[in-house]
Amino acid sequence: MKFYDKTAAELQELIHSNEATITEITKQTIERINELDPKVDAFLAMNEEQAMAAASEMDNTPMDQRGPLFGLPVGVKDNIMTEGLVTTASSRILEGFNPIYNATVVEKLRAAGMVIVGKLNMDEFAMGSSNENSYYKKTRNPWNLDYVPGGSSGGSTAAVAAGEVPFTLGSDTGGSIRQPAAFCGVVGMKPTYGRVSRFGLIAFASSLDQIGPVTRNVKDNALLLQAISGHDEKDSTSADVEVPDFAAALTGDINGLRIGVPKEYFAEGVSESAKAAVYNALEVLKEKGATVEEISLPHSKYALATYYLLASSEASSNLSRFDGIRYGYRTNKASSLLDFYMNTRAEGFGDEVKRRIMLGTYALSSGYYDAYYKKAQKVRTLIKKDFDDAFQNYDVIISPTTPTPAFKIGEIIDDPLTMYANDILTIPVNLAGVPAISVPCGFEGDMPLGLQIIGNYFDEETVYRVADVFEKATDFHKKTPQLWEGAAK
Amino acid sequence: MAKMTKEEVIEVAHLARLAITDEEAIHFAEQLEAITNAMELLNELDTENVEPTTHVLPMVNVLREDKAEAGLPRETVLKNVKEHEAGQVKVPTILE
Repeated sequence: MKFYDKTAAELQELIHSNEATITEITKQTIERINELDPKVDAFLAMNEEQAMAAASEMDNTPMDQRGPLFGLPVGVKDNIMTEGLVTTASSRILEGFNPIYNATVVEKLRAAGMVIVGKLNMDEFAMGSSNENSYYKKTRNPWNLDYVPGGSSGGSTAAVAAGEVPFTLGSDTGGSIRQPAAFCGVVGMKPTYGRVSRFGLIAFASSLDQIGPVTRNVKDNALLLQAISGHDEKDSTSADVEVPDFAAALTGDINGLRIGVPKEYFAEGVSESAKAAVYNALEVLKEKGATVEEISLPHSKYALATYYLLASSEASSNLSRFDGIRYGYRTNKASSLLDFYMNTRAEGFGDEVKRRIMLGTYALSSGYYDAYYKKAQKVRTLIKKDFDDAFQNYDVIISPTTPTPAFKIGEIIDDPLTMYANDILTIPVNLAGVPAISVPCGFEGDMPLGLQIIGNYFDEETVYRVADVFEKATDFHKKTPQLWEGAAK
Repeated sequence: MAKMTKEEVIEVAHLARLAITDEEAIHFAEQLEAITNAMELLNELDTENVEPTTHVLPMVNVLREDKAEAGLPRETVLKNVKEHEAGQVKVPTILE
């Protein structure tokens, strides 16, 4: 029996009716990864032995003590600490690093009974939009192996799109879950800032980073967010707010829902097919009882510059901890301590990370601080206010997730500004801190397109409800890449 | 439009503790100049009376009782240290 095309609920039904065991599901998942990953290159460290041992133990747990995700396989982005399982953030500077504790989200996955099968490739320290910045490998888009999966959580979305694993965690600082989810035709959620603990997430930009779930359908996404959400005393930026039952919010009823469509998100540079797919989606939602109005988020065009200044400044500070002393890569070419630091970091970091560290150092340096860093913080206030104002009158804001579908590997890697422009429609969401999901909404040629649904602070419920209504009314999420069946047994 | 020179890049790289060759500095200078010029778009906006945002949520300090708690065992802490001796981290000679 095939397990990889099943939803969480379908897998549980098989388990509860004794048609499948957790051991069988885990074994097939690992076999499928071993078979497909030489093509997709989504996984870094594998957790085969521990996963099989955990699965066999879990098969003994009484059925009435199992939750909706119990015994199901999950992959984890490589910037999330997994005790005893190598965690590198796809950087040479953390080559072989073996965490001595688990991130809070990993403890929560374990508490939910999920089986961690391995770690997923990413752009180094989550800096990038194509997965080409990994020190270890270039993940490929399962829809066309010559194309990028997007980034930085490209391993997390490619693994789900290929049917290697039904659940993964990514992280999203400026679009790093939603952009690759759109490129790979899967469902990716960036929760409200503070919804999920960042303890044990290797920090890139602390005021923007948020961990979130990647799945093939909305219901499973809601279940996985449920499992990882909540206040954590180990993360002072995690919010002490109630976690609602996200799956219960999928009522199928959006009658009277007010949708705002920002005209700035359909400007120059956004492809005709991306626009058309979103207009079609809006028609679907109208038929279900929603009203649609054009709105303005007037400071949208300033988001990209604001983001790169703030994220790079925070990164330059966060990444100062990598000095080669207590852990990680060490140079063997040093005649003084200063040399040791400088060579360790020069040899340990890739070019994009260096560019951002230098940009951040420059923006924070004396003489430039007010002109760059502080200016960007002020513009952030204006961008946040755009969203605050819009949510006075609208329940959700809808746009394309990305201006275009995935591009070819190698196409724009040497052009940082063009690469950064991939994230123009996702970045404002991180600056404001609100939640947003990307769901499949069409194709340009063979490559998937994403629909971005943005919600008000801590209103993931409405975002999921709208996404679920759209998913049930369409069949984009049911399409699978050629490679999917090519590997079927 | 601000010009980014090779010398400025070398200075910034030094502040960031990144060794850099002249060739790399020239390459990064071009890219960082293009990036910082794109950032100057923000100067269009009058932000004289706008408060800066550091965090989107209201943040309060989280304090715990001032009570000693056990740290991690030394063996665990040393697990990822490349070179150590007698429970201590070895570093290159820093004093001649």
